[in-house]
Amino acid sequence: MLNKYPMWKNIMVMLIIAIGSFYAIPNLFGEDHAVQIVATRGAEVTASTQTTVVDLLEGQGIAVKRAELENGQLLVRVQNPEQQLIAKESIAELLGQKYTVALNLAPATPEWLEAVGGSPMKLGLDLRGGVHFLMEVDMGEAVRKMEEAKIADFRSQLREEKIRYAGIRKTPKGIAIKFRDAETVDQAENYLKTRSNDMTYTDASSGSEFMLLATMSDTYLKQIKEEALQQNITTIRNRVNELGVAEPVVQRQGAERIIVELPGVQDTARAKEILGATASIEFRMVDDKADVSAAASGRVPAGAEVYQRREGGIAVLKKEVMLTGDHITGAQPTFDEYSRPQVAINLDAKGGSIFSNVTKDNIGKPMATLFIEYKDSGTRNPDGTVKMTRIEEVISVATIQARLGRNFVITGLEHTEAQSLALLLRAGALIAPVTIVEERTIGPSLGKENIENGVQAMIWGMVVVLVFMMVYYRAFGFIANLALMANLIMVVGVMSMIPGAVLTLPGIAGMVLTVGMAVDGNVLIFERIREELLAGRSVQQAIHEGYGNAFSTIADANITTFMTALILFAVGTGAVKGFAVTLMIGIATSMFTAIVGTRSIVNAVWGGKRVKSLSI
Amino acid sequence: MLQIFSVKNTVDFLRHALPISVMSLILVIASFVSLGVQGINWGLDFTGGTVVEMEFSAPVDLSALRATMTSAEAEGAVVQNFGSSRDILVRLPVRNELKSDVQVAAVLSAAQSIDAGVIQKRVEFVGPQVGKELAEQGGLAVIVALICILIYVSFRFEWRLAAGSVAALAHDVIVTLGVFSVLQLEFDLTVLAGLLTVVGYSLNDTIVVYDRIRENFLKMRKGTPVEIVNTSITQTMSRTVITTGTTLITVIALFLKGGTMIHGFATALLLGIFVGTYSSIYVASYLAIKLGINREHMLPVEIEKEGADQPSMMP
Repeated sequence: MLNKYPMWKNIMVMLIIAIGSFYAIPNLFGEDHAVQIVATRGAEVTASTQTTVVDLLEGQGIAVKRAELENGQLLVRVQNPEQQLIAKESIAELLGQKYTVALNLAPATPEWLEAVGGSPMKLGLDLRGGVHFLMEVDMGEAVRKMEEAKIADFRSQLREEKIRYAGIRKTPKGIAIKFRDAETVDQAENYLKTRSNDMTYTDASSGSEFMLLATMSDTYLKQIKEEALQQNITTIRNRVNELGVAEPVVQRQGAERIIVELPGVQDTARAKEILGATASIEFRMVDDKADVSAAASGRVPAGAEVYQRREGGIAVLKKEVMLTGDHITGAQPTFDEYSRPQVAINLDAKGGSIFSNVTKDNIGKPMATLFIEYKDSGTRNPDGTVKMTRIEEVISVATIQARLGRNFVITGLEHTEAQSLALLLRAGALIAPVTIVEERTIGPSLGKENIENGVQAMIWGMVVVLVFMMVYYRAFGFIANLALMANLIMVVGVMSMIPGAVLTLPGIAGMVLTVGMAVDGNVLIFERIREELLAGRSVQQAIHEGYGNAFSTIADANITTFMTALILFAVGTGAVKGFAVTLMIGIATSMFTAIVGTRSIVNAVWGGKRVKSLSI
Repeated sequence: MLQIFSVKNTVDFLRHALPISVMSLILVIASFVSLGVQGINWGLDFTGGTVVEMEFSAPVDLSALRATMTSAEAEGAVVQNFGSSRDILVRLPVRNELKSDVQVAAVLSAAQSIDAGVIQKRVEFVGPQVGKELAEQGGLAVIVALICILIYVSFRFEWRLAAGSVAALAHDVIVTLGVFSVLQLEFDLTVLAGLLTVVGYSLNDTIVVYDRIRENFLKMRKGTPVEIVNTSITQTMSRTVITTGTTLITVIALFLKGGTMIHGFATALLLGIFVGTYSSIYVASYLAIKLGINREHMLPVEIEKEGADQPSMMP
């Protein structure tokens, strides 16, 4: 018998639509006002934190709707925005500086729905407001740092092996090591090859000049850049946590860029300051034999460098760096016994042992803390990247009184400086400076407006299309309309199910467009049925042929559209990606609802019966 | 039954094919000329620079606002209405010696001197390097999309039809770009997304016609290629009109109600749907005919099975 769907097929159709609709449900519940608590360095959010917080709030008469502990972060939901503010302040006061307490809007999905993976669609920044940064890591600086480290390595390695060299310096081509004769060049080349095999060495001697040129191999360069990017992502993630933003995004993009998204943030100046500031410190010994006034006039002793002191004057420091900021694990602003601000620093194990060795050998000698910061100079390189200026300042010189271990203090700072230095050190130093190459700030009112506009466009388009289909195709039009609505619900359902999918304004446009284009499948089928009827086929045959003949057309047309959507997804960024995602999902679901979905209804109503005419 | 496009007899669409194709060719050439002469009004996404969108508490006099933006930091600012008379968009070019923050601050203070209740709705800054890369990537995307389609259609149909469809798509993209260039409409990322959607949509149309052409070549024993193509276009015309209609309705809804941020996207689609619909007939199908499409090209390739012509050995 023609046009009968087996039971399993009907059940499958219903099941798929039911699952799609089920996962669309969380979008109906709206959002709860919540307070988010994340631990920063050294602390941990545990079940006991949760009990303390809930007890505190209930003691204040604030009803806690729900408190959830997940992935080391605690989310406490309250009734309204006023309570949310009070709750945030009292929780922050209770927990202190080791925790970040932020305001958040949490989806009000019921627990039973959440338990089966139900969650609403994620909204892009253009729909909820916030800041989007695209940051670029200064790879030139990362490589420069590595080259400097290599130069230091070469010096000590050659000295160790007692190979005499006349000088090492950086050239545009690589690191040039000068020697007195050809024999030493060979000797050095053979030796260095075994010690530092990530470099390639070429004998660049010419005439009476004997020189070995060391350049970084491509794989080594790649590795340096990769590490710099990873390290910076970690650091920026830490800094974002310090900002106390709910649900931030820190993501790599390509080989040297990082995307940072801070929903709800309006104070972009502060966000930029914290994210972009590249500060680190170095500890170096003061060259106490040097004549300071001679150094000021340019006669700097070998192995030493002159730096400005923050309080004025200069300091002559040895070139050798005793310890860098990389080993710092903690930093807190505190006060000494005279209430002068200082920063208490904790080092990691390796840093601690280096530091304790160095200070043991240098008791009674002055040690300097050099503060290094990269700042946007306001000018650009020829290739369009921002030029950074390196600012170096000696912030304190102190005589080492005793052997220091993993914990010590830096003095000589202003109160606010101590605070921001502590913040920056705690969050880790950036291995290479970053610049913001793209910044988009969307105000919360615009976000709301965008949603309203999109929804309005969708309603208008939808109403006209639905009415048209009903009038034009009558009963079949009604079925197509059911399919269209099921399709829209399924797009929402699938969007909510996919963890990475984000709804953006172009995404809403994609959904609107889906409404217009999704009827195409049914139009093709219905027109075909009409043609078959006109050609004199029986009703059952017309339906059968109509669906059958239209299928390959629909498939071909949709596959090619899907391909362009896929390409859009591959090259697009942010909002455009959001459009591509909704378009792809829309194509898949509309094919299903238009072909299989309507067929099952048509079969149920007309299939397998004696029917004289169709309402089409 | 209700019918929009109802004909008993085949309409000779291709009778007008030559003049219309010539017109298409002229449009393409004109587009190229305009693209060459005045180029495209690249938006912020591609050129880099800074955009500030503000909402004033009352309608603003643009020339008064412009007059306040003469300070050095806001030099070169383009001030325009954006949606309503209270919404203002200020565009600032990339300036080497100046940071975008400083420029934005200058714009905001100028706006505040006119209206204290001004709200900053959106600030976007794109570095020049990023913009350049995006433009390259976008162009590449369109080309890759066209090549993928060429391969798919050649594989599913036939190379003459594939060439026709790709020519039609290139035509749509070029003419849409041409209109953007002639009218100097701003071309940003959403417009690029719109353009790629046009590629997808227009292809949809072409494939539907092609499918029918292939079917009719196999079904109709008589008839010249021109007649078959005419029949196919006539048969699919109802569908084309309806689908184009519903899609246009939703795109018009987007254009009118979707808000300013989506305007460029909707404009590109509106244009593209018009151009794409007629190009599927007058460019894609016509070119396939000119390339000599005929019945033999449509026959499924018969795979000769080894031993198929041998008498069966099994009883």
